[in-house]
Amino acid sequence: MPLVRDGAIVADPWISVADDAPVPRDGGAIVSFSRWKAEREALSGLNAPLGLALANTDDVTEIGAATNRFGVIALSFPKFSDGRAYSQARLLRERYGFKGELRATGAVLPDQLVHMLRCGFDAFLPPDDRLLRYWGRVVASLPAFYQPIGTVKPTVEGLREAAAKRPAAA
Amino acid sequence: MYVYDRQDRMFVQARVEQFRDQANRRLAGEITEDEFKPLRLQNGLYLQLHAYMLRVAIPYGTLNAKQMRALAEIARRFDRSYGHFTTRQNIQFNWIKLEEAADALQVLADADMHAIQTSGNCIRNVTADAWAGVAPDEIEDPRIWGEILRQWSTAHPEFSFLPRKFKIAVTGSPADRAAVRVHDVGLRMHRNAEGQVGFEVMVGGGLGRTPMIGKTLKDWLPKEDLLTYLEAVMRTYNRYGRRDNLYKARIKILVHEIGVEKMRADVEKEFAAVKGGPLSLEPGTIDAIAAHFAPAAYAPKLAFVPEHEALKRSNPDYARWVATNVVPHRQPGYAIVNLSLKPVGGAPGDATAEQMDAVADVAEQYSLGELRVTHTQNLVLPHVAVEDLRTIWAKVTAVGFATPNLGLLTDIIACPGLDFCALANARSIPIAQRITQRFADLDRVHEIGPLSLKISGCINACGHHHVGGIGLLGVEKNGVEFYQITLGGDPGPEAAIGQLLGPAVSGPEAVDAVERVIEAYLTHRRPGEEFVATYRRLGPAPFKDHVYAARA
Repeated sequence: MPLVRDGAIVADPWISVADDAPVPRDGGAIVSFSRWKAEREALSGLNAPLGLALANTDDVTEIGAATNRFGVIALSFPKFSDGRAYSQARLLRERYGFKGELRATGAVLPDQLVHMLRCGFDAFLPPDDRLLRYWGRVVASLPAFYQPIGTVKPTVEGLREAAAKRPAAA
Repeated sequence: MYVYDRQDRMFVQARVEQFRDQANRRLAGEITEDEFKPLRLQNGLYLQLHAYMLRVAIPYGTLNAKQMRALAEIARRFDRSYGHFTTRQNIQFNWIKLEEAADALQVLADADMHAIQTSGNCIRNVTADAWAGVAPDEIEDPRIWGEILRQWSTAHPEFSFLPRKFKIAVTGSPADRAAVRVHDVGLRMHRNAEGQVGFEVMVGGGLGRTPMIGKTLKDWLPKEDLLTYLEAVMRTYNRYGRRDNLYKARIKILVHEIGVEKMRADVEKEFAAVKGGPLSLEPGTIDAIAAHFAPAAYAPKLAFVPEHEALKRSNPDYARWVATNVVPHRQPGYAIVNLSLKPVGGAPGDATAEQMDAVADVAEQYSLGELRVTHTQNLVLPHVAVEDLRTIWAKVTAVGFATPNLGLLTDIIACPGLDFCALANARSIPIAQRITQRFADLDRVHEIGPLSLKISGCINACGHHHVGGIGLLGVEKNGVEFYQITLGGDPGPEAAIGQLLGPAVSGPEAVDAVERVIEAYLTHRRPGEEFVATYRRLGPAPFKDHVYAARA
């Protein structure tokens, strides 16, 4: 299945590069975390966009301030029931201010999409076409959320405050 | 109690439609059973031996009369007209059809209830002291925090696919009626040296196949930091908790393997990064939730009611019920009435739809419309005027909930066991029924005194046998049910895991074994000494000798 963003298929300009393959000079390569750590100076000096692929056991705090060197960071869901990448995503977005594309790979299913969006993912490489087919209905499924965290929708608390300011509409 | 506003209602209604869509896609073959499983579990739907089981959340055990009637309606429309109150202050319905599950959830949503996160590898429904807000010894009402935690943990995007389930309990009283030391996280409210109320945070307690008492992670945590601190705990667990082995995935194993000092260091590091962030609780936010739990507007009542005192003198049955099932209330002239769901020969925690409706009526008339569910599988009328006790006694006797055995041997905790559960190795309910029949004589039960007997049908320990004064654990040997006996367990402030007494016994022998444990206790106890104290003083030897002498 091709790359999905905002409920539509989009072109994927990035290429995953194996650890033993050369990194293209014109950029657009996604390299592994271990390779980036090993070749950090050479890769940082590359005058081209660079992407990073993390295993869900990799420690994102090691990237820290370097996050925005990357145009894309790909996080992995080896099984949909393994939720470690949700924490990695929030840290990258909320703690380290990552502005690039945050891509979910692996077992990316429609019923986890809302969790992924709320944690900061904005691009998806799903295993089949169901994510695309059900995108609209799952994104619209819940009107608001309780937690005041990096979110794509209003929080319940926010709606309460808004309602309190507009008593007539409550 | 907490009253839903428009936003809460909107959320639970939308959640029903979300689940209906998911169930329909499952029925249409658009989702595999594997993919559907966590979705249904996080809406309380288990696949059991005979049918789906629906576990409904009763947050921190508090519900109103209207909600109890909704439970009765679910029992009638979707089940076989009964339900089973659980050790996590929830209720389970055992005979649900997948096709009707969303309709049952709709009945709940219409009564401001839900079944969200009563199962699955997420933060489960939060439990608390069943006497919260009315117990005289309470420092602060733990339900305020139960509700704050409910809202924070509901549909949490980061913590919905944890390594394993995660249970949090809160107590606002030093007596700890919420068993906080056997939860993934236990929160005990207490005052620091400056007199401010905060939380002791315990982590890594739990029962199951590896029972452990929780360890103190933080002695005193300010209230405003509760959610940021818990976010740090959850994130540490989500990252480091084991995912290679289902049986080693709870946070207790992580804490055990890395040690509480390392766990504390990891959590503190993460806490330092999130402290003061958007999850910090503003006083206004806490006050807004606390307002829902403000003390009721109690009508002034006389604490001394001559007719009540006279009936106690003239009617020993009434006197015994008052002494056993009625406990002091913080408001003069009022009492907390505990309803026993442990009649002789009954299934512990079961209630029929008629009983649910009847107690809803009683609650509406005599308890400000409020009820509680206890972790010992009983119900509570939390606000009863002393002058109404005689009427209440007659009414709950008629309902079948007046057995005067609260905290006594026949107040048995039992899991559903092999009669219902797909995980069980042995039956629990029939053993409980036989024990209550053997000990049907109330004089004898009262002579034995305070004692908890807890029965689990398998090592997952839903019947909390590890923390029973007497625990029975069902095991299976070559297709035959056997029961291991543990003694000396305690869920309270002096929490202890029970010790295995000796070889497992057969089902019929289990009842005899319990009787012989009791005989040994009565022989050796000092005046006024409760069972667990005698066991702690003497150790297993006199009990073991007496139980197994009969078999030699």
